[in-house]
Amino acid sequence: MTTSVITPEEIIKKGTVVFKKTELMTNNTLSYCPGCGHGVAHRLVMEVIEEMGIGEETIGVAPVGCSVLAYDFMNVDMQQAAHGRAPAVATGIKRVYPEKYVFTYQGDGDLAAIGTSETIHACNRGENIVIIFINNGIYGMTGGQMAPTTLAGMKSSTSPYGRSIPTMGYPIKMTELVAHLPGVAYATRQAVHEAKYVRKAKKAIQKAFENQRDLKGTSIVEIVSNCNSGWKMTPVDANKWLEENMLPYFPLGDIKK
Amino acid sequence: MAKVIGAVVIDTEACKGCDICVHACPTDVLKLNDQVNGKGYNPAYPANHAACTGCKICALVCPDMCITVYQYKPDKVA
Ligand SMILES: Cc1ncc(C[n+]2csc(CCOP(=O)(O)OP(=O)(O)O)c2C)c(N)n1
Ligand code: SF4
Ligand code: SF4
Ligand code: SF4
Repeated sequence: MTTSVITPEEIIKKGTVVFKKTELMTNNTLSYCPGCGHGVAHRLVMEVIEEMGIGEETIGVAPVGCSVLAYDFMNVDMQQAAHGRAPAVATGIKRVYPEKYVFTYQGDGDLAAIGTSETIHACNRGENIVIIFINNGIYGMTGGQMAPTTLAGMKSSTSPYGRSIPTMGYPIKMTELVAHLPGVAYATRQAVHEAKYVRKAKKAIQKAFENQRDLKGTSIVEIVSNCNSGWKMTPVDANKWLEENMLPYFPLGDIKK
Repeated sequence: MAKVIGAVVIDTEACKGCDICVHACPTDVLKLNDQVNGKGYNPAYPANHAACTGCKICALVCPDMCITVYQYKPDKVA
């Protein structure tokens, strides 16, 4: 039997679907720039929720930042919170509906700047929620200002000569910081710019939701992501830059499990 | 042993032409089209479709979930 004559059209007709978009993502066009990691991160959270069969029991909290419209894209119940307040809003939701799965989805400006206090105290209380933390080292939505996570020497619109450590401080490692708190059950750092990282990130997100099911406390999944618009690079170059510059300072893997 | 072969269907109107899948595909199946879509982006298409193994790598990294992947094992069905 010869295999070489089969056309792509026949493969599509006779073959099995091995990947398709999850039904927990709506058909609304994502508002993100081409190549932005937010899309992959959204999809992974929704795939995990779909595979765990908890779509009807999940409430997400969207931040302020580029992902402010996450409720338009994630097909589960959602609430949008004031800037940085997602962990406080999630705390309230979880306490009113303890049987629901509750997660926040936040950028680094949201979680590690204006919302530092809410993040630390929700983690310190060991709120039984999942925090998805997208670290792209910059304020994407507002035009590429320096974030607490901006790398040393990295240029942004408010550090045009590069982040200077003596005057602007060190890039903050929020996930390591909250990992010290006894309320945190699981703290991990992942990425989504290559398939091998995408697979691991999905497993980490699943573990975080399983922890919530098993009443273990707070789980935080940081995803080192790109902001090609803010970094002023093509998406492909941004992912390369991420690998070479972000990952050495923000190494991937479990910090606490 | 059956050689697994694959195919992709790309939602051309949803694609933003970011080029990430093109660089990620291990068998160089994908290219960006010279023609733009309705949004003005150059969408990805399977220029060398016969080389597709259905590995899903392109779909895993596509931020806009434009790619559906199929696999077929020829002599399993024959
Ligand atoms: C109280 C308040 N302060 C400031 C802003 C302006 N603002 C909107 S988004 C944002 C930062 C977003 O950055 P990040 O959380 O890193 O998300 P990204 O856009 O990069 O995904 C800021 C400062 C605001 N909307 N509300
Ligand atoms: S500005 Fe940056 S974070 Fe926001 S959508 Fe564009 S690439 Fe993504
Ligand atoms: S499924 Fe794999 S081989 Fe086929 S186009 Fe996508 S990345 Fe390339
Ligand atoms: S990764 Fe997705 S959006 Fe980007 S070019 Fe490929 S199909 Fe289009």
